[in-house]
Amino acid sequence: MEQISIAGQLFQYLITGITVGSIYAMVAIGFNIIYDVTDIINFAQGEFVMLGGLTMVLFHVSFQIPIIIAFILTVMGVTLIGILVDRLAIRPIRQPSVLTLIIATIAVSFVIRGAAMFFWGKNPFDLPAFSGRNPITFYGAVIQPQYFWVVGFLIVVVIVLSIFFDKTITGKAMKACADNADAARLVGINVNQMIMLSFALSAGVGAVAGIIITPISLMEYDRGAMLAVKGFGAVILGGLGSFPGAIIGGLILGIIESLVAGLISSGYKDAFALVVLLCVLFFKPSGILGNIEISKIKRF
Amino acid sequence: MMLRISKYSIFFFALIIILFPRIASNISAIEHYPDIMIFAGIYCLITIGLSLLMGYAGQISLGHGAFYGIGAYISAILTTRFGWNPWSCMVIGAVITSIVAFVVGAPSLKLKGHYLAMATLAFGVIVFIIFNEEIEWTGGPDGMTGISGLTLFGFPLNTVERYYYFVWGIVLAVFIFTVNIIQSGSGRALRAIHSSEAAAMAMGVDVSRYKIMVFTYSAALASVAGSLYAHYLNFVNPSSFDIFFSIKLLIMIALGGMHYIWGAIIGAVIITFLNYEWLHYFEELEILVYGAILLIVTIFLPQGLAGIPAIVKHWFRRTLSDGSR
Repeated sequence: MEQISIAGQLFQYLITGITVGSIYAMVAIGFNIIYDVTDIINFAQGEFVMLGGLTMVLFHVSFQIPIIIAFILTVMGVTLIGILVDRLAIRPIRQPSVLTLIIATIAVSFVIRGAAMFFWGKNPFDLPAFSGRNPITFYGAVIQPQYFWVVGFLIVVVIVLSIFFDKTITGKAMKACADNADAARLVGINVNQMIMLSFALSAGVGAVAGIIITPISLMEYDRGAMLAVKGFGAVILGGLGSFPGAIIGGLILGIIESLVAGLISSGYKDAFALVVLLCVLFFKPSGILGNIEISKIKRF
Repeated sequence: MMLRISKYSIFFFALIIILFPRIASNISAIEHYPDIMIFAGIYCLITIGLSLLMGYAGQISLGHGAFYGIGAYISAILTTRFGWNPWSCMVIGAVITSIVAFVVGAPSLKLKGHYLAMATLAFGVIVFIIFNEEIEWTGGPDGMTGISGLTLFGFPLNTVERYYYFVWGIVLAVFIFTVNIIQSGSGRALRAIHSSEAAAMAMGVDVSRYKIMVFTYSAALASVAGSLYAHYLNFVNPSSFDIFFSIKLLIMIALGGMHYIWGAIIGAVIITFLNYEWLHYFEELEILVYGAILLIVTIFLPQGLAGIPAIVKHWFRRTLSDGSR
């Protein structure tokens, strides 16, 4: 058997970490989109990812719909669920305090998870990789073609969202709500519509993350909670509400996790990522890209 | 918010506790209910503390399952591996859990809202992973068996009825003690923190001290509950202390009504019966049902079941005053 050098091994962990980290980054972006417009941390964010993966399996594997159409249908379906979450669970709350909203999004995550378990059962599902599973060997590291898709989609999502928030009127209106909802209302922006749109966008990004990770790590009904916690770790690491922070935070968390799993103990990789989250929360809650005042970085 | 809790209602509560096994044992359909009520009582100990923390001090915790687990595992490990006396294990468990709660709570409680929720959630997941991974000590996912039962003054608590009275006796004592806290100056300070931390601080309330005190108190209660659980079942495994359990505690509090200390009892009893009895046939739907309950309560009944009398009274009064006009 070919001897794998230490450098090659580290390189391998780095590649895996970047792939997983890209997913965390996308979950983190989803958190930030909703947080920026509504000040809500959506504890059901991970469920959008899970739904994306499982719905894609349903369309592409069970119904044999071609991959591109299935992809579009899945993202649209999960986006619709994001809208429903806002309409049916968040908006009807009469006294929206932080505590009530946290509880409401936790309730939503349970409803979605429970429905997914009822519908798909408890077994994990596989999805064919987008361009096969013949790995490329590169400096001693084995790279699945799907890894490129993951990183590529992260880049596409970031570019599309940047254009949306910087160049379109709707995107700018959303940013205005994030800055000051009352002032936005005064200049004629429909804040409720913007909130709905933020849930839709965030669910869509979650669905994309779920679709592209399923060929690598499979997907089952209860994956959402851990993805949400890790995604939130990425959010905190990068600074709550910061777009570039979410990407850097996600990548750092993914790489740390992959290194811990490879070098220390695979059982403790999740715990380690969460210890990092706790340390940042305790010692620098504004995150590595954050200013002293968290609210000051509350823009894209 | 319920400020006064009358002596009569506590007396009535004690009466129900005493009579319940007598009544249940005469009706064959609910003969086994005292057994379920033991678990309800154990959960009540946690929810009473959590209600004080969430409803009265306004601080969320999604990690109390971890404190419950730490208490249970300390009792399990010290009695089976070292043959220690269960009572001293229970005390040591509560002390260690309090220290852990203090260490985790001191920095956590500076955080607010979402940050605190995520910090406690992360803490809960970490502890759960430790229970699973430290196989040498905890037996890993398979858990530990052979935890001894309890003996009170040479009187073994080895029947359901004995353990029932023992657990509910503790619940009653803790309930009265907690009611006293709520009705004292500390209780008023806690409510002030809930309404506005800044205003409470301006009035001279040492906000962080109170928050940490309540957090530690509720964690110690959860630890005692964990010990009681381990000694009753003589078995523990990690799945009883996962995040799902912490969320179930949240559902108990929300369903009962987090601003009412009675809500802690009502919610814990109802959810326990759902868990062990009524949802038995719908195992596949369990998560969905819990989610739906939590969502419906949050949207339509934010005051919880314990808040219904106040709503009815309010409605009644309004109808009466409309009629007299």
